Parts: sequence; C-alpha cells; structure tokens
Amino acid sequence: MAMNTDQLSPELFQPAEREQGAEEAVSRKRLSYWQDVRRRFVSNKGAMIGLLLIVIIGVMSLVGPLMNDFTYSDQNTDMMNISPFEKIEGDYWLGTDHLGRDLWTRIWYGAGISLLIAIIAASLDLVVGVTYGAISGYMGGKVDDWMQRLVEVLVGVPQLVVIILLLIWLEPGIFAIALALALTGWVNMSRIVRAQMLKLKSQEYVLAARTLGANTRRMLTKHMIPNVMGPVIITLMFTIPNAIFFEAFLGFIGLGLRPPQASLGVLLNDGYQMLQLYPYQCLLPATVLSLLMFSFNLLGDGLRDALDPKLRQ
Amino acid sequence: MGRFVLKRLIYMVITLWLIATITFFLMHNLPGSPLQNEEKLPPELKEIILKEYGLDKPLPVQYVNYLGNLITGDLGNSYKYDGRKVTDMIMDGFSASATLGVQAISFGVVVGLILGCVAALRRGTWIDSGATVLSVLGVSIPSFVLGALLSYYVGVELQWLPPALWEGWEYTILPSLALSFLVIAQIARYVRTEMLEVLGQDYIKTAKAKGLGRPAVIIRHALRNALIPAITIMAPLTVALLTGTLVIEQIFAIPGMGYMFVDSIQTNDFTAIMGVTMFYSFLLVVSIFIVDILYGIIDPRIRLTGAKE
Repeated sequence: MAMNTDQLSPELFQPAEREQGAEEAVSRKRLSYWQDVRRRFVSNKGAMIGLLLIVIIGVMSLVGPLMNDFTYSDQNTDMMNISPFEKIEGDYWLGTDHLGRDLWTRIWYGAGISLLIAIIAASLDLVVGVTYGAISGYMGGKVDDWMQRLVEVLVGVPQLVVIILLLIWLEPGIFAIALALALTGWVNMSRIVRAQMLKLKSQEYVLAARTLGANTRRMLTKHMIPNVMGPVIITLMFTIPNAIFFEAFLGFIGLGLRPPQASLGVLLNDGYQMLQLYPYQCLLPATVLSLLMFSFNLLGDGLRDALDPKLRQ
Repeated sequence: MGRFVLKRLIYMVITLWLIATITFFLMHNLPGSPLQNEEKLPPELKEIILKEYGLDKPLPVQYVNYLGNLITGDLGNSYKYDGRKVTDMIMDGFSASATLGVQAISFGVVVGLILGCVAALRRGTWIDSGATVLSVLGVSIPSFVLGALLSYYVGVELQWLPPALWEGWEYTILPSLALSFLVIAQIARYVRTEMLEVLGQDYIKTAKAKGLGRPAVIIRHALRNALIPAITIMAPLTVALLTGTLVIEQIFAIPGMGYMFVDSIQTNDFTAIMGVTMFYSFLLVVSIFIVDILYGIIDPRIRLTGAKE
C-alpha cells in the first residue's frame, strides 16, 4: 500500500484549536443520584405498571365504597348470593355474599383495610427499625454489641409464631394485627440500617463533616439518613406485601378481623366457604389480593434496580 | 469454626428459651379459661381438674415445671382431648405435614433451578421474560389462594385429582403443587440473578477458552458457584412453607400439624397451642442454625466476621 505522501500536507496536522475550559465542560446533562434513580425507575415498565395498579387500587379503596348506596355491613336477606352475571335490578355490581352484602363495597373497603394494616405495620417498622439500627450502627462499640446481642436472639424468633400468639392474646383488630406484624418486622429493618451505617461511617465525607465540627444530630440527619434511604425504601416496599399476605393468612385461619369488618383476608375466608357453590365470592377478593401483592412486588423490584448504584450509567 | 458453631448454638438456646417464656406467660394471661362451662362446675370438681393438670400450683412453679418438661420433650396433655399427649398429637400430624413439605421443596427446587438457569442463559428472550413474570406471580399469589383454586378447578370441576382428604399418594399432589409454587418462584429468581453474575466472571471465560464443552462450563463452573448464595434462602423458604402448610392443610382437609394447630387455636386448647408453637419454633430455629453453619462452611468470610469478637 503505497501512500502518496504528497497529498498529506503539513497543514493537516495542525493541533486543533483549544477552547479554554472546553474539556472541562460536561457533555451530558448532569444528573444527581436521585434524578438518575427517577430516570431509571420511570423507564422500568414493570415498576410503572405496579405503581399504576397500586394507585388505582388505593384510590378505589377510598372511593369505591362510596360509589353506590350500600355500606360494607348492610345486609339484605332477600338478595343473598347474587352472582355478578345475574341480571337483576339494583346496583349490586359484583353481586352479593352469603348475607346479602354488596361485594363491590366490601371488596374495596376490605382492600382499604388491608392496605391500612400494611401501612401502619410498615410505618412502625420504619420508625423503630431505623432508630434502633441507626443508633446501634452509629454508636458502635459496647452499645452496638449489646444491641446486636438482642437482635441476634430476636431474629431467630419465627414471625408466624409471634403473630399467632399475640393475636390469640390480643383482640384481633386493625391496630393489633399491625402491631403483631411490626413486632417482628422491625428487626430486619434495623439490621439493614445498621449495615449501611457501618459502611457509611468509614467513608471520607463523613470524616470530613466530623472534622468540620458537625454534631451528632447534624451528622445523622444531613449525612447518614439520606444515604441510608435507598435500602430502607426497598425493604419497606417488600414489607407491605408481606403484611398484606399475613393479614390475609390470619383471616384465613380465623384470627383476622371480626365480622362485619372486612379485609381482603376476611373476604377470602368468607368466599372460600362458598367456593363450591359461588366461586365468584372467593375469586374476586383473591384477584384483588393477588394483584395488590403483584404490584408491590413489581414496584419493589423496580425500585431495587433503580436504587442500585452498581447499575448507574 | 468450633467457636462459630458454639456461638450460634448458644443463641439458638436463648431464642428457644425466650419463645418458651413468652408462650407460657401469654397463654397464662389469656382471657377465658381452658375449662369448658367453668361456672357450672362444682368447686371441688374444679379443684380436682386443676390439680390433675398442675394448674393449682403458683405460676413460677408451673413455669419451672413447664421448662423442665420441655427439656425432656414432654409437652403435656391436651386440654381438649382427654388423656391425649400433645407430643403424640404432633407426631401423628407430623408425617403428613412433612410429606407435603418435602415434596413441595424437592419439586420446587428442581423446577426453580431449571427455570432460573434457562432464564439466565437465554437472557432477554421471551423465555427470560416469561420466567421473570412467573416468579413475580409465584411470590405474589398466596399459596392458599392457589390451593383453593387448584382444589376447586382441578379437583371439583375437572375431577382429575382428589380435591381434598388424605388417603394415598394422589391426594398429596395438589397440596404439594400449591405449596411448591412459591419455592419455584423464589429459587428461579435467585438462581437467575446469581447465574447472570457468575456468567460474567473471568473464570467462565477461562473455562470456555480452555475448550470445555458448554454443559461442563454451565454445570461444573457456573451453576455450582451460583448455588452457594442460594443456600441462604432455604431458611426463609422453610419458614414460608410451614406458614403455608397451616392453611393448605385446612383447604385440603389434611390431618397434619397445621390442621391440628389451627384447631387448637379455635378451641382454646392451651397446651396444644404451646406445644405446637414450641415444636414449630424448634424446627425453624434449627433449620436457620443448619443454614448458618452450612453457609459458614462454604463461605469463610461469614465465619470470620461471625467469630471476631
């Protein structure tokens, strides 16, 4: 390959003009960590579907029971076990149950109660777990040692056993169920927060803040807690479907809310008794329950991927 | 290693003692009494009954007796069924529950492994998306919903398999299937993530470069390493399966431990509740212990941090 050197004039090899500061300029829009998380979260189809479904079910649980004239406990013995496919006068959109109660109202009301229980349980988890984990991880040393001893023991106590025992003891109600769930749930949360704290403590910026004279309160609120948020949010997102599941489970073994109260678990149990004769009474709450748990799991997966710094581009 | 095992063992004993204590005091502060129709009972008869069950002694004495009996494996007599020992009741139900659990776990692990591997190897294809959706569904649909549907559609409508009862192997298929769905989902999920991680490692490239066949690379190098972290989910899976059997046994009318437990809750059979609670806790705590030890053997990092103090 003979190269024609005549065609290559020296002018071609002049250095490009250098603009002052051009190489320092950022070519792509600068994204903070949270902006990047948002971008990745929004582009995740599964997570968006999950979020949408949660919003729909959440709104319906508030609005749904008000959309017709029945309340969750109204009984009408002339209108028992009406299937949603039967055409009858009246506004029983999803039919009625074995006591002639409107299923549409009861399902949305029940979904609301289930969500409420899950949210109370998750909030309790959050407050207790984050506080415990943060103190333990931040203080370190002897305090951490003793606090972790307790956690080591508690972590071995099966959730199932504690919840069942507590509900035999307490009168099952919304708060009792949430409390029973939180009593075992916070341990997991505290472990995650502590692990994060330990990791953060050895980072340079924390040392820098300390050197500049930040006090404990400022250290915790400005530096530690915002950086622990990611794993906490993920844990929370998986706590909620777990709580919904346990509530339904308790309803099924007869430790759920007392009638005429409704939750998805109670509805499932009622519906299950009629499964052979009127399958819709079981299928409808089962669908809502499964959809709700499915959405939270999708959302949790999406958030986990979005919050994972390893996947940041 | 010895220190690590000893430490875990001590925690295990403390945990069990804690559960036993909580159970005991909760049960003794329950509203209601184990005696049926207490008001109608003549006082002298009541005294005899209380003495028979050791309920006339002061609480601390009862507590010490209870702990002493626990250590020897004596869980007391049932309040509900006259003269039946709780230990015997548990043992009667245990075989049915264990059959269900073992079948669900073995089937679930095998299917989950295959599904997870195929999904990882065919990443981004419809097989992968299908497996992902299936595993999210499996985690989301509670086993009792699935059990009820299977019992009704496969058992009652199609009549392919018996919808309930416990009279032979074909009776175990539907309940085991309902339980195994969660196992399949969890294992598939975990194996997929781990396989993807391992397949990107340099030693896989080395294995391919030195001319190993695809099956050898996948099974001997990738899968074996991907399975190590998967052991950790065995403990929570055991817990989930036990929870599942409680309701699955109700749905399929299986005379297992879970059935008996729910029955004892509904009839205020305190000794039975306490007995099953302790038995469940024992099973779970021991399974967590075994998983911890296994993991410590396989991954030395865990052992080191565990024994540092």
